[in-house]
Amino acid sequence: MSNSKNIKEEINQYIKIFIALGVLTVITVGIAYIEVGKMWIAVLLAMIVATMKGTLVAGFFMHLFHEKKIIYLFLGITLVLLCALFFITFGSVYNQVGEIEQGVIESTSSYIH
Amino acid sequence: MEVPYTVKPRLDTGLYNSKLGIWLFLASEVMLFGALFSSYILLRAAAPSWYAGPDVLNVPIGTLNTLILIISSVTILLSWTSIRLNDLKKYKLYMGATIFLGALFLFIKVYFEYLPKIDHGHIPSENNFYATYYTITGLHAIHIIGGLIVNLYFLGPGLKMYNKEPERFCNRIETAGLYWHFVDIVWIFLFPTIYLLPGS
Amino acid sequence: MSDHHNEPFWRKYIFSVDHKIIGIQYGITSLLFLLFGFTLMLVMRWNIANPGQAVPFIGGLLSEEGMLTPDRYNSFGAMHGTIMVFLGVVPLAVGAFGNYVVPIQVGAPDMAFPKLNMASYWVYFVGGVIMLSSFFMPQGTASSGWTMYAPLASIANTGETIWLISMLFLITSSLLGSANIIVTVVQLRAPGLTWMRLPFFVWTQFITSFLLLLAFPPLQAAAIFQFMDRVFGTSFFLPSGLYVGGEVLNVAGGGTPLLWQHLFWFLAHPEVYVLILPALGIVAEILANNSRKPLWGYRSMVYSGIFLGFMSFVVWAHHMFLTGMGTTMAAFFQTTTMIISIPSVIILSSLFISLWGGSIRFNTPMLFALGFLPMFGIGGLTGLPLGLASADIHLHDTYYVIGHFHYVVAPGTIFALIAGIYYWFPKVTGRKTNELLGKIHFYGSLVFMNGIFFPMFFQGLAGVSRRLYDGGETYLHAQGAIQYNDFMAFSSQMLFLFQLFFIYNLIYSLFKGEKSSSNPWDATTLEWGAAPSPPLPHLNFKEIPNVYRSAYDYSSPDALNKGVDFIPQNKKIEKA
Repeated sequence: MSNSKNIKEEINQYIKIFIALGVLTVITVGIAYIEVGKMWIAVLLAMIVATMKGTLVAGFFMHLFHEKKIIYLFLGITLVLLCALFFITFGSVYNQVGEIEQGVIESTSSYIH
Repeated sequence: MEVPYTVKPRLDTGLYNSKLGIWLFLASEVMLFGALFSSYILLRAAAPSWYAGPDVLNVPIGTLNTLILIISSVTILLSWTSIRLNDLKKYKLYMGATIFLGALFLFIKVYFEYLPKIDHGHIPSENNFYATYYTITGLHAIHIIGGLIVNLYFLGPGLKMYNKEPERFCNRIETAGLYWHFVDIVWIFLFPTIYLLPGS
Repeated sequence: MSDHHNEPFWRKYIFSVDHKIIGIQYGITSLLFLLFGFTLMLVMRWNIANPGQAVPFIGGLLSEEGMLTPDRYNSFGAMHGTIMVFLGVVPLAVGAFGNYVVPIQVGAPDMAFPKLNMASYWVYFVGGVIMLSSFFMPQGTASSGWTMYAPLASIANTGETIWLISMLFLITSSLLGSANIIVTVVQLRAPGLTWMRLPFFVWTQFITSFLLLLAFPPLQAAAIFQFMDRVFGTSFFLPSGLYVGGEVLNVAGGGTPLLWQHLFWFLAHPEVYVLILPALGIVAEILANNSRKPLWGYRSMVYSGIFLGFMSFVVWAHHMFLTGMGTTMAAFFQTTTMIISIPSVIILSSLFISLWGGSIRFNTPMLFALGFLPMFGIGGLTGLPLGLASADIHLHDTYYVIGHFHYVVAPGTIFALIAGIYYWFPKVTGRKTNELLGKIHFYGSLVFMNGIFFPMFFQGLAGVSRRLYDGGETYLHAQGAIQYNDFMAFSSQMLFLFQLFFIYNLIYSLFKGEKSSSNPWDATTLEWGAAPSPPLPHLNFKEIPNVYRSAYDYSSPDALNKGVDFIPQNKKIEKA
């Protein structure tokens, strides 16, 4: 099936990535306790670290870094559509007509008051 | 004739069938969890107030569970390398470890998170924080259960295929591993978003 | 490989992994669901024409006085839409036609994952049983429209929960099926079958499968949220301070009904392209075959189809123009909706132009395929005012919308699916259908489809709302438009009668139809040129064909040199 020398190198790589993931997990929790003031900075930092961890798992454990073109194509399409779902929905809700009192929900439920 | 390319990859795509199949399934799962995340962000951004994760949820338990899943990702990879080296004993050891760690994740979640919360009267209907917490982590837990069932099958009755078609069996373990890693990635994003963000 | 010759009955016909058996299972089940959805509509149409009166024959089943009560009308309406879309048309177009035809047209012995294929049928079946069971539950069926808008659907005391559970099964079935089709088309094409040699039908099934794969999950998320709202009292879609029956609803609040609408329509818009794409594929096959010339603009049609599929994901909120949307987002969705009409027009025009200079044969499948073209044209054109935000203010939620989408689905898609049944019947059964019965079926259906749906445009423009139990009787502004209701009810009954010719034709021909050769239509694609009628169980072909030419080699120089007007894809011509 595969020769054992290559596989031993493969396993070494997995262990190294695992250690990186462990460190990043500690960092994830660590930065949560730092007061950054603004919410969006906290979210951005959390997402950056999570994306790094996710990329390591996807790239090395799931072998995405050495995958075939057609898989990249299908996954690329998926990501574009996911961004469409997220950003366009967000844009629509924030573009709603009505009073913005305590946040978006007040305006969308303006038919109640 | 048999369905071709179940084991040997097709030349122009370079893939065997179930590898393409599982990536397509994972693409749909990306859309599912993406929709859940988008909804969570929308509800949260629009809410007048939202708990800080660490005030309400148990961060050490969550961190432990994160590490448990990451280790289980490594063990399922090791089960795959073992079976490729024809080491049936090590394969069973690592696959068993993966299943054990997955079950441990669920046990910790239920026994140390869900049950104490319910005891204190924190049910999904209390407010949208708890609603999204229970729904999203619950759906993730259901995906873990699905993965455990698949992995148990490959540790038990599914192992028969290894005797007749070893290469095809190795491909199946790779496929199962891809699913398991995806469930791990979902948690990697879930954990900081739900447990660690400050309140408003 | 297991011994296929000595399979017990239940493995051969019930739990078969052969894509042909599964395709037939999907076909029969979905046709029965279509018939049932049709009968729901017959009762509704009769009631709209005769509001408040006892329904003849079946009145006793409906209520004590025999009339269709407003609550029951709502439940029939919600179920008609749900059953037709999710249990009828899509399983027929994708589950039946996709499963049966795609593997043979790409030259494969079966789908990529035969066991998964079987699973997807049975999950669909269970989902269908659950949906139907709601008719017998004490709470009744869902009655908040097939669109299940929050907050009504979240708090209604009718069978919405069963609808949600059934949808989880149907969505799962759809995901399994669509992954199967994509892998089959990518991986199992026969040697020589390049992407641009694929029949247009395979392209449409391939694109449709992507729509199903990627658009359904957000609805699954929404269904889970609504399930939580109904069963566990959460407030994903319930805002704070909602008044129900004079009192504030006792929920935590903080949610928004808009979130349901966005997630629902994110699926439901691509869903309508799922409804039309396979139909366009079937019509393309039949038109090329019966005009004895290649499809005009095949390449443009393929690229248009791909562009259409992609654009279908970014137009969804044209269903939501009246939700208080700001002008920026309204302009965005209006623009994308106008853009998406371009590939549709390219494909429809190419189909029309394909007929030019052809040697047209007017058999039954061709009649339905030709009938599809202007009907889909009307459906598409009437969609344009709906896609413009300002015109939509007047037309949203009126009968104009119902007329528009029924034109595209009923004399549109369903005509194409019927054409496909007549076209592939000889391949599936080895027998031909009766041409006279087929022609009667066609002309009657064409006339009465228009009889039901064309007046709806007048009613909608007059302002008659949809989902009205009495069809507008009690509204002053509707009085000028409701006189059509009698004619529409009559047309619906006549349409039903003409379908009896179809049902009789299928059953009679199955047993007593004239035997057919393997290629009665002199067609070029692999299912006709390389497989017997019916194709071999589990194998389809005696040996996997090699492909040497494009999908529509009709009246080409090579053919005419040989004294024939077509060459099958798998035939090699030795150049002298």
